[in-house]
Amino acid sequence: MDTNLLIALIILLIPAFNFLLLGLCGVKLSHKAAGIIGTTGLGIATILSYVSAFNYFLGYGKVDGVYKALSGSFQWLAFSDTLHIDLGLYLDPISIMMLVVISTVSFMVHLYSNGYMHGERGFQRYYAFLSLFTFSMLGLVVATNIFQMYIFWELVGVSSYLLIGFYYTKASAVLAAKKAFIVTRFADLGMLLGILVLSYYTDTFDFDILNSTGFQEGLKSVGATFMGASVFTWATALIFIGGAGKSAMLPLHIWLPDAMEGPTPVSALIHAATMVVAGVYLVARLFPFYFNITPEVLTGIAYIGALTSLYAAVVACAQTDIKRVLAFSTISQIAYMMVALGVSKLGGHDGLGYMASMFHLFTHAFFKACLFLCAGAVIHTIGSNEMDKMGNLRKYMPITHITFLIACLAIAGIPPFSGFFSKDEILVAAFEDDKILFFCQWFVAGLTAFYMFRLYYGIFWGENKNYGEHTPHEAPLNMTLPLIILAALTCVTGFLPFSELVTSDGAAFEIHTEWIVAIPSVLVGVCGIAVATLMYKSKSTVPDKITNSIKGFYVAAKNRFYFDEVYMFVTKKIIFKAICAPIAWFDRHIIDGFMDFQAWWSNALSYRIRGFQSGSLQTYIGVFITSILVISAIIIAYVFI
Amino acid sequence: MNIPMSFYIILSLIMFFCGIYGFITRKNLIAMLMSLELILNAVNINFAVFNRFLFPGQMEGMFFTLFIIGVAAAETALAIAIIINVFRSADKIEADELKKMKY
Amino acid sequence: MDIAASDIIFYILAFVIAVSSVLTVTSKKLLHSAVYLLFTLLATAGIYFELNYHFLAAVQISVYIGGILVLLVFSIVLTSKVGEKMDTASVCKAAITALLVILGALFCGYIINTYLPDVKMAPAQQEVDMNTIGNSLLGTGRFEYILPFEAISVLLLACIIGGILIAKNNKKKEGEEE
Repeated sequence: MDTNLLIALIILLIPAFNFLLLGLCGVKLSHKAAGIIGTTGLGIATILSYVSAFNYFLGYGKVDGVYKALSGSFQWLAFSDTLHIDLGLYLDPISIMMLVVISTVSFMVHLYSNGYMHGERGFQRYYAFLSLFTFSMLGLVVATNIFQMYIFWELVGVSSYLLIGFYYTKASAVLAAKKAFIVTRFADLGMLLGILVLSYYTDTFDFDILNSTGFQEGLKSVGATFMGASVFTWATALIFIGGAGKSAMLPLHIWLPDAMEGPTPVSALIHAATMVVAGVYLVARLFPFYFNITPEVLTGIAYIGALTSLYAAVVACAQTDIKRVLAFSTISQIAYMMVALGVSKLGGHDGLGYMASMFHLFTHAFFKACLFLCAGAVIHTIGSNEMDKMGNLRKYMPITHITFLIACLAIAGIPPFSGFFSKDEILVAAFEDDKILFFCQWFVAGLTAFYMFRLYYGIFWGENKNYGEHTPHEAPLNMTLPLIILAALTCVTGFLPFSELVTSDGAAFEIHTEWIVAIPSVLVGVCGIAVATLMYKSKSTVPDKITNSIKGFYVAAKNRFYFDEVYMFVTKKIIFKAICAPIAWFDRHIIDGFMDFQAWWSNALSYRIRGFQSGSLQTYIGVFITSILVISAIIIAYVFI
Repeated sequence: MNIPMSFYIILSLIMFFCGIYGFITRKNLIAMLMSLELILNAVNINFAVFNRFLFPGQMEGMFFTLFIIGVAAAETALAIAIIINVFRSADKIEADELKKMKY
Repeated sequence: MDIAASDIIFYILAFVIAVSSVLTVTSKKLLHSAVYLLFTLLATAGIYFELNYHFLAAVQISVYIGGILVLLVFSIVLTSKVGEKMDTASVCKAAITALLVILGALFCGYIINTYLPDVKMAPAQQEVDMNTIGNSLLGTGRFEYILPFEAISVLLLACIIGGILIAKNNKKKEGEEE
């Protein structure tokens, strides 16, 4: 086996092994040992993923100036000669990049959790689940075919469910976990259907084959349509529904804000940096297919992304729970990536959107993880998620304050932090493709800056709140260290020459700063910050006045534009009442009734028959004699008469 | 010597069905055993009668009767041993009592 | 048709057998049952005499009455109290059984009446002499019965051993003499 594949396999197996070890023997281990095992394993995996990234980008990956994919797999289930499910490893620029992102953030979260989860009940379980998640996410990104991806996709969903519901004694956490699972499961159904349709018409699951130009030429002759659209449009749209579910696109975003019930490091790992970008990764993975076969779906993705980002940004401005603000900002930023993919074209500089999307994914992972972990540190010491309970924390938590500020500046798109570069590329790509999308995203960039700084000022400035006897204090070293590392990464990752590494066709291209885009985008970010500074830095009456003047809109935004209520209405009132209740009645009374009846009569009959085998010799004799008489009567009647 | 064979057979029939009746209705084990003796006796009579009336020159029926009497003696002795044993442990010799031995 | 003395004896025996059979199975007291059984067995022995099977009658009297019945009476005395009445079966059960038995008897009687050849006993039957019986029992030829004879003797031996074992098995617990 190729050494590079072997390294990737080891990266994958370390968390899997940790999961088994902690899951099976976790109870026997002390908290400290569990933490050390989990963290060390992930540390090794992180180092290995850096090694493999180094080898790939600076070594074997580049052939004739183009990054080629390296893959190895074995056949697992064969349906026909061409259609078979393989299990394997697929290394190309985006999967290598994802390996780096996932292992780094996961390592940070493992490290951080040592402090954050200190003394919690179920500490070992927590680490086992974290390892399971890391394993499944890594497996997802290195999948060689869409079905393998789907397997890991579901595993990711399960581990997300387990981690959201980690505090399973809390009713809200259980509900949130269920909600997340059901919503994503529902979306995954779409994905499964898409996979089935796609594999039916293309006769393959393999990414390599699906994305190869020659193969796609062959598919153009497939003329099968369904309800006026080509089957491939349906397939890719259905697959995108799966991606939209995981990546919390409208209207399947409702689970993500609730998922914040999980422990904060989990939110940082799963619901900010890695799992939620799986949808983006999925679209990117199939990007050549999307672009060549079904460009209309790609356009749809762009508009859904734009709508989602606008919606989430507006809602984020009205939230008071700091984790929810971050959750909505995550939705908004992922939608950014979707927009970038949607407007992208294939090859060279035209593939700028693709590159920008991956770049933003990369940078966003670090600064969003940083934001979440900072929020975790704050929540850890305050004991509440509500912004009202916080204020002036910069005095107490200087390291958290600085790292949070850096991450905020990054997400607001202020140079030289990483967010600026990636967001700028996205805006350029949108600008080149579709002006409407550009203005939309540009406006969202301003809103992003505004709500992030609203959050920042709300937490770290303002007046001291009543903290009681328990004064806030800086988090311990194992919590601040990941913050510092992530903040440092946030500062430097923007300078990575991404256009030379991760591109839509593997070939490097030059990017040059488009001043016509860059200047307004920085300006709008600065404006957002300025407005937030004016309104929230010190106590002022301006915010109240503004909210009063647009009260209806504000309340709607605070209630997330009633999406949950609509869902509740649709599910509870329409589906449950009108469809499920009659079906349930039918099931309980007709089907179950039929079964119950069968059970009842056989039971009743058995009660009767049971009496026959009484063990009473006298009864036996009676029956015996009667039978002999009857039988001989029959014989006499038939034979002699 | 004018008695037809069917008279003998009907006599054994009455004896036989009395035995059946007793075997089914009696609860006491010894009474059941006595009913059993009745049944065996009826069979013995049949054997003897058939031998005498139908095959006067042979002795199979008589020997069967002899053997049946021997077996009946053995069986009764054993049954009474068991009954006495049951009586010792249960202080009763009702057939219902024996149901407990199933468990 | 003149009625021979042997015919009268047969009717008397038949009457005794029928009545005492019924009484055997219906009597409330166990000891009474045993006595009725004694009459039945005696009358059966009489039937054997009637049929000129004198040896059989002797065996019937000595084994059945001298052996089995004595054993029965012995065990009755051991296991029941003086004047104790037996539990009787429920009326329902008794009625059903009686119905069954009467129906069966009628059915069999019908068959006997319809299909049995009406054979008269061969006149001047000699009784089987002991010499023949002994030779037949211990002979190995045709119509000779050494094998069943030996089987019966083994069976009897097994019964003796079994009886001893059964009677002994909880001696340790109770130490009671039978």
